[in-house]
This record gives sequence, C-alpha cells and structure tokens, in this order.
Amino acid sequence: MIRLESVQLGYDGRLVLRDLNVEIVPREIFGLVGPNGSGKTTLLRAISGRLPPQQGAIYLDFRHLSDLSSQELARELAALEQEISCSFDFTVREVVELGRLPHRERWQRLSAQDREIVTRALARTHTLEFADRGIHSLSSGERQRVWLALALAQEPKVLLLDEPTAHLDLNYQIEIMELVRSLAKEQNLTVLVSLHDLNLALHYTDRVALLSEGRVVALGEPERVLTEELIEQVFRTRVRIVDGTGERYIVPLGSRQGVLS
Amino acid sequence: MGIALGAVPISLFDRDPTNLFILTQIRLPRVLLAALVGGALALCGAVMQGLFRNPLADPYLLGIASGATAGAALVIALRLDIYWGAVPMGALLGGVLAVAIVYRVAQTRWARLDNYALILSGVALAALFSAVTSFLLFYGGASHDARRLIFWILGGLGGAQWLYVLGLLGTLLVAGAVLVLFARDLNALALGEEMAAHLGVEPRHLRKILLFAVTLLTAVAVAVSGTIGFVGLIVPHILRLIVGPDHRLLLPAAALGGAVLLTLCDAGARTVLAPAELPIGIITALLGAPFFLYLLRRRAQLGASL
Repeated sequence: MIRLESVQLGYDGRLVLRDLNVEIVPREIFGLVGPNGSGKTTLLRAISGRLPPQQGAIYLDFRHLSDLSSQELARELAALEQEISCSFDFTVREVVELGRLPHRERWQRLSAQDREIVTRALARTHTLEFADRGIHSLSSGERQRVWLALALAQEPKVLLLDEPTAHLDLNYQIEIMELVRSLAKEQNLTVLVSLHDLNLALHYTDRVALLSEGRVVALGEPERVLTEELIEQVFRTRVRIVDGTGERYIVPLGSRQGVLS
Repeated sequence: MGIALGAVPISLFDRDPTNLFILTQIRLPRVLLAALVGGALALCGAVMQGLFRNPLADPYLLGIASGATAGAALVIALRLDIYWGAVPMGALLGGVLAVAIVYRVAQTRWARLDNYALILSGVALAALFSAVTSFLLFYGGASHDARRLIFWILGGLGGAQWLYVLGLLGTLLVAGAVLVLFARDLNALALGEEMAAHLGVEPRHLRKILLFAVTLLTAVAVAVSGTIGFVGLIVPHILRLIVGPDHRLLLPAAALGGAVLLTLCDAGARTVLAPAELPIGIITALLGAPFFLYLLRRRAQLGASL
C-alpha cells in the first residue's frame, strides 16, 4: 500500500505537484493521466524514492519511504523507466537476472531458487523462448516484455510503470496492458501506471488520477474521471465518449475553437 | 618466452652470471611489469566503458594521462629527476591531481555529478595540462629532456625494476578486488543510472568508489611505464566479443587479456629493431588502431551497437 500525505514535489525551486493526498491499495491498478508536463513522471519518481518530497510524506506499507535503503526499497518496489536502453548486448536472461540483485549480497552468486524465479518471470512474460538471445536483437514490443520480466524477478509488492505502451504498435499495447492486469491479480501487485492513451486508462485501470497544472484535478473510477467535460477542460480538446459493444471509447473531435488559433 | 627474447638471446637455463643478472634484474621484472601494466590498463578500461556506458571510454578519459605527463615534465624541467623515483612520483601526483580537479569541477558546476560534465571537464583539463607540458618542453629546451619526455609520452617498460613490479602488483590486487566486487553493479548500470537505482544500486556511490579505484590503479601504471595507449580501449572490446558483456567475467578476462597483449607487444618492442628499442606505444597503436577500425566497420555492417 502506498500513501501520500500532503506531498509537494518539485526540482530546485520549480514546483511540479502540490497537495497530493492519495492512497493506493493492494491489487489495484492505479492510472496516472494528464497532459505532457503535468507531473506524471515526477510523481512516479517520488514514489520510487528517487525524488524526495519538498513537503509531506510518502509511506510504503506504513513505513516512511526515506527510512528505506535503496536496496530494501528495491525488494518491495520495482520501477520501469519510460525509455530503457541497455548499453551492452546482454542476453535476455542476464538482464532479467539483474532483478535478483537486491535479494543478494554483493559477493553471493545466484542460488537455484533465484534461477527458478528468473525462469518463472521469463515464462510469465512469454520471453522464455528468446531468453538466450541478445537484448539488442529484439523488437521494442519484445523488449518491453523483458523489462516486465526484470521487474517481476524483483518479486516486488509494488510495480511502477512510466508509459509502458509508448512507441508500441497497437497489438503490443494491448498485450502489455493485458499482461499487467493479470499480473496484478495473480501476484497481488499494486500497480501504478502513467498512460498517455486515455482509452487504455479507461479499460485497464481500477482507479485513475487526472493531473493538471500542478495538482490532482480528479480521482476515482475511470468512468467517473474521464468525462467529456473534464477531458475537454484539461486537454483543451473536444472529445465524445461513445458506447460500442458494451464498452466506452473516448474519441477526439479536434481542438476546441479558439485555442489553437 | 618474453624473458628469453631480447637484444641478447638467453636460454632460461643459462648459468652465466652476466646473463643471469640480465634475466633476473632486467628482463624478468620487465616482463612482469608489462603484464601488470597491460592487465591494469585493460581492467580500468573495461570499468570506465561500463561506468560511462560508452564504448570510447578508456582509463585516460578524465585527463589522467596528460596530468601525469605534465607532472613528469615538471619534475624533469625543474631538474628534480636527479633524485631517484622523482619522475614516477611526479607522474603519479599529476595524474591524481588531474582527476581530482575534473571531479571537483563536475561536482560544483552542475548540481549533480553527471557523465557529460565529467567527460567535458576531462577534455578541457587534458588540453590545459598538455599546454603545460608543451610549455615546459619548449622552455626547458634541452634535447635530452625532450627525448626523455617523448619516450615517456609514448610509453615504455625500459625502466622496469622490482620495486615497480611490487608496487603495481599491490595496487592491482587491492583496486582489482574492489572493481571485481562491484562488477554486478556495473551490469545494472548498463540499463542506465535510474534503472540501476531502482535495482538498489546507488549510481553516485558506485561512481565514486569505481573512479577512485580506477584513478589510483591507472596513475600507478602510468607512473611506472608512461602513457601506453590503446590497451585500455581495445582489450575490453575484444574480450567482450569473446566472453560477453557480463562484468563479473569481463573484468578478470580483460585483465588477463591486457597482460598477455602487452607482454607480447613489449617483446616486439625489444626485438624488432634490436639492439635499439621501439617505444611500446607505437606498437600498441599500430596493432590497436586498425583492429579498432575493423571492429567498428564490422559492427556497422551488422547494424548492431557496440
């Protein structure tokens, strides 16, 4: 469980987000949406322990985030950056084995149990069949599944994902989100995910926070938050929400008159 | 083999006192020093490439070579080289000073120490120290000094003695142990500093420890042998092709590969123009540069990144 109490975030005097009071519960997929620069990545950085709040406090299972060492934190929480690149051509399995680092001391080798966990993470993300290939030889969709396997190998309670579907083709976007949803349920994960695609947020999150101009504008079930009025107000774009085969879809109509001219 | 080869060919089982002296007091320390210098430079190169996530990084990236050269030049220009050990000591201090300045500049000018700031101030400081060296060379003027310094810039193992061997061996064992202990953290760093942090590796902490060990080891190697180029750049690449990028395996393998390569190069340096001696830097560059170009070309054809 993650709790933010009157948190204020920013960089060197530049305020990015303020008055954050949010509680994220286990097995929930919590979405972050909002225009570019609204602070989605900043919020994820703060919860991953990489950006200490200017004010307020962040708790992970009732423990103050700043009381945890980075290694302790890495056993509880896995975070994937928006763009990950690997500077050398490690094999897929070698990359996923890095997920076991926080569970081992520096001089310890991987145990049989570690290898078992790695293999399970590979199998669960359908990356086992190319486990021995170099990471550079994979497509971006395949690579995104490898990063997920890396996160799973950490055996975390919380998973932070920063736009995991960015730059992916439609089929891979769906595949990743389906995978994240089933992982959350079967591994009791708490997932915090930023998404720029509002339809993905609508379909795959349990709750969503809409960020704009330095604060949370709305928070709740996606159907209640992602309304025509709020989207239009925050994104300055006219949308229509349409019903199709029992599901709702957000369809952009074009920019609101006068905004772009 | 390196011991038997030389201007005077000597069998390893020779009992003649003169030859025995050449073997134990000149050739043996020289061969061992070549192996240690090669191992140290290749190990440091592999660490620097991992640390900076850059295939062009080498042990001299942060200005250690030019700092050491300026230190040595200063000692020679001030005529302090009549004191035993003054030149290596000047080089050691110059090299460490250069890295210390680079580190401080990068830390204060930018709020957080980042790789670009380090590399750029390394480049700037290298230019500055080269200017100091050139000035001392120009001002000092004595051709004897210039020759000495050039030999030093190109690197050479001609000054080998047992004390150097032991000093470098000790440094290599200590610094090498630290570097190998942190090999797994370098693996995590391959995914970027933020991802490494998410895996429990503190990138700033890691950089501080590794740069300290690399600087110390490189500075000692440079102090005893001059600035031998290309070993620290090329050998890690070759070994990465053979054993893969996992630093837990790559670091010891690079050290071994560097030791073998420099021993062979030094044997070449001593015999090709015997009894004259070729600066070893000429040989490493002659072998290293074309190989590196071949490597780049091959990689470009495969469309893979380095």
